[in-house]
Amino acid sequence: MNAESRERLPGLRLGLVSGACLVLLTLVGIVEAFSQREIVSGVLSMGEGLLFFTGLFIAYLAADRGLRRAGTGRALAAGLVCGLAAAALLALLVLLSKAVNLRQVLINASPAVFQMLVFQREELEVGLALLLAAGLLTGAAAAGLRLLPPVPRRAVTAGLVCVAGLGMLQDTVYPVLSSWGPVAGLADLVFEGLGLSPGGAVALFVLTAAGAAFWALQGAAVRGRIAGLSPGGRRGLRIGAFALLALVLAILPQALGLFLSEVLTIVGLYVLLGLGLNIVVGFAGLLDLGYVAFFAIGSYTVAILTSPELGFFSLSFWQALPFAVLFGVIAGVLLGIPVLKMRGDYLAIATLGFGEIIRILVLSDSLRPWLGGAQGIGKIPKAEIVGFEFGGPQEIYYLILAGCLLVGFISWRLRDSRLGRAWMAVREDEDVAQAMGINLVAAKLLAFATGAGFSALSGAIFATKIGSVYPHSFNVMISINILCVIIVGGIGSMPGVIVGAFALVGLPELLREFAEYRLLVYGAALVAMMLLRPEGLWPEATRRRELHEHEEQAGPTPDAPAAAAAGRP
Amino acid sequence: MAMLEIQDIHTYYGNIHALKGISVEVERGEIVTIIGANGAGKSTLLKTASGLLRPRSGSIRLEGRELTRLPPHEVVREGIVQVPEGRRIFGRLTVLENLDMGAFTCSDRRRNAENLERVFALFPRLKERSRQVAGTLSGGEQQMLAMGRALMANPKILLMDEPSMGLAPVLVDGIFETIRRLNEAGTTILLVEQNARMALQIARRGYVLQSGAILFSDAAARLAENEIVRKAYLGEH
Repeated sequence: MNAESRERLPGLRLGLVSGACLVLLTLVGIVEAFSQREIVSGVLSMGEGLLFFTGLFIAYLAADRGLRRAGTGRALAAGLVCGLAAAALLALLVLLSKAVNLRQVLINASPAVFQMLVFQREELEVGLALLLAAGLLTGAAAAGLRLLPPVPRRAVTAGLVCVAGLGMLQDTVYPVLSSWGPVAGLADLVFEGLGLSPGGAVALFVLTAAGAAFWALQGAAVRGRIAGLSPGGRRGLRIGAFALLALVLAILPQALGLFLSEVLTIVGLYVLLGLGLNIVVGFAGLLDLGYVAFFAIGSYTVAILTSPELGFFSLSFWQALPFAVLFGVIAGVLLGIPVLKMRGDYLAIATLGFGEIIRILVLSDSLRPWLGGAQGIGKIPKAEIVGFEFGGPQEIYYLILAGCLLVGFISWRLRDSRLGRAWMAVREDEDVAQAMGINLVAAKLLAFATGAGFSALSGAIFATKIGSVYPHSFNVMISINILCVIIVGGIGSMPGVIVGAFALVGLPELLREFAEYRLLVYGAALVAMMLLRPEGLWPEATRRRELHEHEEQAGPTPDAPAAAAAGRP
Repeated sequence: MAMLEIQDIHTYYGNIHALKGISVEVERGEIVTIIGANGAGKSTLLKTASGLLRPRSGSIRLEGRELTRLPPHEVVREGIVQVPEGRRIFGRLTVLENLDMGAFTCSDRRRNAENLERVFALFPRLKERSRQVAGTLSGGEQQMLAMGRALMANPKILLMDEPSMGLAPVLVDGIFETIRRLNEAGTTILLVEQNARMALQIARRGYVLQSGAILFSDAAARLAENEIVRKAYLGEH
């Protein structure tokens, strides 16, 4: 705290952080990879957008700190300094690139990207001046945004997010919209080339901002009116909303087309896996890093029982499914027994090992006649119900949706049950949970078994979706990805799992350029989350309380001095 | 026959012989205190009684029922409930949720509601703060919550482990006063304390524990007069 208040230039520290981020983004090649795409055609490419929004965001944070510490003037100064410092670091990078050949070490440091940084100017001085000016403008914009009253600030933010989001996702959104007769013309107006048309961007910004402003001003009134409805009316509204949601979910694959349906199925599988792991990690607090093992067990059970390639059995998918879940549950208990006494880090390491054991077993040559070895098992039949085959992604979607609904319903009921309460107590304090009369062994094993069962279920669906299973599909990264999904979504929160899966699995699928930088993005997302929103995107109530209690309970309490005295006997 | 009979208990941590043949009896309606220095085995004794540690030999009986081999969650159901050392409330849950957790073994809703009323009558402060996150309570309030949570489990006997630990001196008197009121309302209490002076004031009988064995036991008032106790545990010369 003291170090920061001694800082002479407000925002300098964050500005250097911002600059370092921008330099990193440039040097790893993301900026160049993304400059193929456009957010607003001819105005802002995605690479430029990435730099701009990163700088804007960090300058916003700087302005926010300045405002809290010393008011408006300092906020503005902090924003400007932060923006300028970031741009200055980029400018230094450009100068460095002219002096030495960075490419010998950093292969992504291409002349094209540096040309982009100086706004394609031939004269270096002019380009660098423009770059610094852009930094200052970004900083000023961030500070201005921070100094706006809450309602317009929210409106502008919503507008920016909407424009950036739709622009980035042009190649997924545009084909879908243009295939819907009535809105096809509209889509042509809004989109142009590889991004939004300038006019479309402005229109979108204004519309979203107006919508957000309306909701900020009138949302409370609308909510109040809903709360004021008669119980019957409220129930009617809820049924209506559910019916609408059900309808949307039902027609989604037809409306979105093949590619997006495929993305949806992948996201859906992660939701399924995430809901399962959420029981183990989120509800019961048992950090399981070998979760992929149960996914593999589900997949391999279905493969072995159904594939004609091995020729042991030729069950249908539906006959094999119960076995897959059963074996998953059994494996969950078998893993659970030896790790019952382990906590925290030790548990994580032990489960990590279990995940690897399963992968190495299915990879093993000596088990090849039964498990297929490195070549895996193919020719897994599709699932079928009375002649309807779950063949392509548009059909598999329904299978996964059904799985998600089932698993979501079960976890929801479990969370509020006696068992859910037992899990909560175990998560908070194992010893005391026991002293409250909770059977620790049963609670832990049930958590492992339930989570494993859900994981095996999604493994089974995965096997029939892909049609073949290979050992390399079940590496430790899957476990880590699922864990990231629930951390980013909010540990213990079920809507959080869905949000997390869309953010961490869905978005990278849509932005194919991300694929290469996936781990970088995960890492950055996790660090940013931990710093800015440690409770996750859609947190569970208890966790939000824990991390923000000082804000909620800021009011003076009658015996605050007594509490302070008790804390320091 | 005493309500709680602990007979010739031997408990080990690995190879360390922590309790060397301890026998303690508690009659219904009594407060019995166990005093002793750090590491004498006081907490070990309570943990053994509540099933968290398993003795190598000896027996624990409550109202004549043998509990020695029962796992802790069943010992709670039998009526031995522990208020753990250092309070150990669920800091992220609200006061009400903590109390609910205490009633885990009892699914009789009316009984739980009655217990809750009883706890709130004993500790009106908890009622005022029932929606507050327990971690934000003061130390004294947390101790009240820990006791209230234990009472929700319908204890026949309450095992209290160092209830005054870490509390400001001004709050310690209040805690002991509460323990006495609890006892007057009919709860039998086995109290482990380092604050021997206060413990001997409210207890009827006391045991002096040293290096895992009972040195001697007597009525609390007589222990407070005892030369050895006064020198070793009451800090007098």
